Amino acid sequence: MTLNFSQLWRYDDLLLHGALLTLLLTVIAAVAGTLIGVCGAVLVRGGPRPVRWAIRGYIEVIRNTPALIQLFIIFFVLPSLGLRLPPFEAAAVALSIYFGAYAIEIIRAGLDAIPRAQLEAGECLGLTRWQVFRHIVFLPALRTIYPSFTSQFVLLLLGTSLASQVSAEELFHTGGFIDSRTFRSFEVYAVVCAIYFALVMAFKLVFAGLQRLMFRWPVRR
Amino acid sequence: MALVEIRDVHKSFGDVEVLKGITLDVEKGDIVTIIGRSGSGKSTLLRCINALETINGGEIRIEGERIAADMPNLRQLRQRVGIVFQAFNLFPHLTVERNITLAPVLTGKIAKDKARDLARDVLARVGLAEKIDAWPEQLSGGQQQRVAIARCLAMSPHLMLFDEVTSALDPELVGEVLKVMEDMARQGMTMILVTHEMGFARTVATKLVFMHQGRVWEQGKPAELFADPRTPELRNFISSVK
Repeated sequence: MTLNFSQLWRYDDLLLHGALLTLLLTVIAAVAGTLIGVCGAVLVRGGPRPVRWAIRGYIEVIRNTPALIQLFIIFFVLPSLGLRLPPFEAAAVALSIYFGAYAIEIIRAGLDAIPRAQLEAGECLGLTRWQVFRHIVFLPALRTIYPSFTSQFVLLLLGTSLASQVSAEELFHTGGFIDSRTFRSFEVYAVVCAIYFALVMAFKLVFAGLQRLMFRWPVRR
Repeated sequence: MALVEIRDVHKSFGDVEVLKGITLDVEKGDIVTIIGRSGSGKSTLLRCINALETINGGEIRIEGERIAADMPNLRQLRQRVGIVFQAFNLFPHLTVERNITLAPVLTGKIAKDKARDLARDVLARVGLAEKIDAWPEQLSGGQQQRVAIARCLAMSPHLMLFDEVTSALDPELVGEVLKVMEDMARQGMTMILVTHEMGFARTVATKLVFMHQGRVWEQGKPAELFADPRTPELRNFISSVK
């Protein structure tokens, strides 16, 4: 087998476009999912009982069923109920819901890890609940969940390739398209893999930098 | 008017009544030590005074103002009442300086550019001026507790509560914390302490309160109570901690 990458270069703008959409999909789902995660974690710890049950149900259903089927339900089943979403939007919604379920559990664990006494100490100094959260809870909780949250983010980035199954034009879908035009499957998927790898590595670098900036206090091992 | 007026306070956790009608006055400048066996309700009483616990009956007034967990100006009140805990409860992610200045700056007590001076000032009072840039984790237990005291002092409280503040310390570190508290007592700070330090209760306190089974069993001048306990419970307690 001889390798021939030359045909791929004609599609460089397509690959770049696919990579950008993958990035966009990741960021949308991460931001929306994190919002779901924060609200869900707060409600699951202190909300009314029916709300807590509803959130627990959501978490269990999403975490114990295939993400691909969740995406298909949103893309193929919701239209019969009158809600028709274009491929990219459907993928963004599905991945947000998917990431949100994991984010709730991760963020909840982070909040649980802050000792009650820390909150009391803040309250006793006359701070508001928001000030206690912002200045006393937030950073230590974030540090606790940082490894699991960032690896969940990486899983999300790689998982965006599922969106290709509803024809959303992200990186993997672009790869399939180029493959069908060039029949250079090995080269195409090697390049696509390399782009995913580079994206993940770039994020890991950013995460490591942020970690050094944000978590400077020593901890007892 | 007493600085703290506690009238017939009742507090239950579920079916267990922990405080069974506590009445106690604390005057300005008083150093009140509360002693008693574990489970007698000492710490609960202290936590009721700044509404960390909600009382089920009676009333507590500080500077004439009635305390309740749902009162609208609870935060303002707490800024006047400092509490130091057994486990220090410093914020691990903030330097000593930020631990001290966080609340004064956020509550608008002091301008941001004056904050470091304030931290330096209160740290000097607890003998830790050189630790202003340290992280809590880098300090010994005794130093952490002194920072916790400095953090309260930065709010210029009218009253300080101490909840077994030396109980979690290694024996050789107890002295440095007690010394800081003695200094505060000399400077006229009103203090209520729950403590097992009988030496402090005997020599520094102006008033001794012995709690037993959720009640104020005896109270009076420390020298008199130690020399001549009126009840067998206090007599047994004193002989057991000697």
